[in-house]
Amino acid sequence: MNLLGKLDWNAIPLHEPIIMGATGFMVLVVVVVLGFITAKGAWLYLWHEWLTSVDHKRIGAMYCILALVMMLRGFSDAIMIRSQQALAAGGAQGYLPPEHFNQIFSAHGTIMILFMAMPFVVGLMNFAVPLQLGVRDVAFPTLNSVSFWLTASGALLVNISLAVGEFSKATWWGYPPLSEMQYSPGVGVDYYLWSLQISGIGTLLAGINFVTTILKLRAPGMSYMRMPVFCWTALAANLLIVAAFPVLTATLAMLALDRYLGFHFFSLEGQGNQMLYSNLFWVWGHPEVYILILPAFGVFSEVMATFSGKPLFGYRSMVAATMTICILSFLVWLHHFFTMGASANVNGFFGVMSMIIALPTGAKVFNWLFTMYGGRVRFSVPVLWSIGFMVTFVIGGMTGVLLAVPPADFQLHNSVFLVAHFHNVAIGGVVFGVMAGYNYWFPKAFGFKLDERWGKASFWCWLVGFYVAFMPLYVLGLMGMTRRMQHYDNLSWQPWLIAAAFGTAIILVGVVCQVVQLVVSIRNREELRDVTGDPWNGRTLEWATASPPPAWNFAFQPKVAGLDAFWSSKSRAQATKDEPTPTRKYEPVEMPKNSATGFVTAFFAVVIGFALIWHIWWLAIVGVFGAFMTLLAFSFRRHNEIEVPAEEVARFVRSHQAGVAA
Amino acid sequence: MHASAPSELLVYTIGLFVAVLLTATSFWAANTTLLWPGGVFLGLAVLAIAQMGIHLVFFLHITSGPESTNNVLALAFGVLIVIVVIAGTMWIVADMNTNMMMPSGAPMSMRMQH
Repeated sequence: MNLLGKLDWNAIPLHEPIIMGATGFMVLVVVVVLGFITAKGAWLYLWHEWLTSVDHKRIGAMYCILALVMMLRGFSDAIMIRSQQALAAGGAQGYLPPEHFNQIFSAHGTIMILFMAMPFVVGLMNFAVPLQLGVRDVAFPTLNSVSFWLTASGALLVNISLAVGEFSKATWWGYPPLSEMQYSPGVGVDYYLWSLQISGIGTLLAGINFVTTILKLRAPGMSYMRMPVFCWTALAANLLIVAAFPVLTATLAMLALDRYLGFHFFSLEGQGNQMLYSNLFWVWGHPEVYILILPAFGVFSEVMATFSGKPLFGYRSMVAATMTICILSFLVWLHHFFTMGASANVNGFFGVMSMIIALPTGAKVFNWLFTMYGGRVRFSVPVLWSIGFMVTFVIGGMTGVLLAVPPADFQLHNSVFLVAHFHNVAIGGVVFGVMAGYNYWFPKAFGFKLDERWGKASFWCWLVGFYVAFMPLYVLGLMGMTRRMQHYDNLSWQPWLIAAAFGTAIILVGVVCQVVQLVVSIRNREELRDVTGDPWNGRTLEWATASPPPAWNFAFQPKVAGLDAFWSSKSRAQATKDEPTPTRKYEPVEMPKNSATGFVTAFFAVVIGFALIWHIWWLAIVGVFGAFMTLLAFSFRRHNEIEVPAEEVARFVRSHQAGVAA
Repeated sequence: MHASAPSELLVYTIGLFVAVLLTATSFWAANTTLLWPGGVFLGLAVLAIAQMGIHLVFFLHITSGPESTNNVLALAFGVLIVIVVIAGTMWIVADMNTNMMMPSGAPMSMRMQH
């Protein structure tokens, strides 16, 4: 028996200059970051204040940082895909061999959906939802930390696959029989399987945590119909997570049984059924789309109301539309495989359901427009992203309705028209949404605003770049170009693909602007400082506390008397300005204690995943044992909370008020 | 807790007793020759659903009271999704199965013509 399973020196692709270059760069960045931390002597600070933190704001920020890093990784894959297709026409073969190209588009999809968009959305929810609800933390703070670190473990495994072994070549949905052992004997699909399983469990735990938080922990007086819309969309998204992610876990577990133990759930022989995999995958996959877009809708609602200086138009219809989408998203999954061979009745039903989803979404767009109408709109960076979203998303939605017509889908499926459609809604919806949220909540999280000029530059590059990169793909799709082509012979496609590559270059400038925006903002943080805690003249409770908020969020639990709780309390304060403010007695605050449980469990999760990928069975047993012991140790912990003394709370409030007055 | 409400221990004991009874009945029904075999499947399904109900009421304390509105709503949502997924999957896969079944003995070209 081999002690290292399938792992040997051949796993590292030393003969591939592109992969080794990327690996070298990745290792260099890691070494520089670790060296920087060591040089600053920040390891203890990092461990106590961030890595073991169970504070929802810190965890939210770490989710967003993970997402931004993975966005760079996924975007470099995108650049390689677009440049390869711009080059490899006719006699030219481009610079990426087919087996490498296949890994790149599989990694691009997996990373962008599961390790960029998901962490970003979950991070924004983590940061904003408890603050908006007026509470001190989520329902299960340590579980929250476990969720984050499991997601990070999955992302780490995907990145390890770059250097050790290979990634899946079977696309981000891993259809069998291609993903079965017979056709994908390498470790690529196993990397895909275990990174999704580990991060999927993390996401499921986060979903349970947030459903509980929103249903059970709200400030006194905050009834359901007084919750900010972002909390409603977060509730809907997390209900979808709880309902949909177990399906993914079970489906991938069945595929793993096929690959590891010779089962025949989806294999060609032994009465396996590959169509069942597609079916189950999209039972998860379509709600997943709405898990990503619903919180983005919530961000736009907050941004539009705040920067228009008006209450959100049609709050009730917004809530109703959100919950309708939440249910309908479970009734459309077949539109991902119209052409697989279902009869007209089945295709017709799912086609009609898919078109119906456009109605609540359309209602939302009108609500945002009417929110702006008659308002004094400040065209700040979050608003630009939101307006860019409305224009772009409506175009993407309409091509989506077109694809929901089964006969049209028979023509357009598997073409780059489809690629253009879903990037149209994924970039125009989710990415623009998280960018709006990032610019909107950044001052709350770190105490200073992001630079406006670089933010605007980034937005315009993204917007223009998006259209230049993806409109040609609509044309190419209608010309008959199929997706995932490493090489093509039709020379009339090449000009369009060169235009698309040019668009990607414009987006690259946008990404660079974002990095510069962050660096410039950190450098100029004193000028950009937000001392009031309310930089945008906000409406919801997160703006009622200092920026950044203290660990306990609110010195006194807010009392909510209506929608837009902070706005109405500001108006009240204006009316009673001359009366002396009553002095209030501060009380000590009980806060959950930091815990290394999440970090250590996730470490063992990486060990388990890596061991299973390489068939190192003894190491997998060690990992399972370690993770189990960690959780056991946590459950026997005696002291779960620390008390923040009343004096410290009072001191923080006084210094904040002094800052506001100054 | 109200004085008239049954004690927790009693609730769990009743629950355990009923759950064991239902389990024992299913084992008996699966092995007996006294019943019509076609009905056994249906009977087992009924017993299984009853078992879920017992667990929900006696162990997970789902009641119709106002304090468990959240739990009831969450349960309703879960049941709705499970029904949608299972019924939808059975409909889709059965439909594809019949749709793709090649007429037995017919050559491939027959299939291509229409």
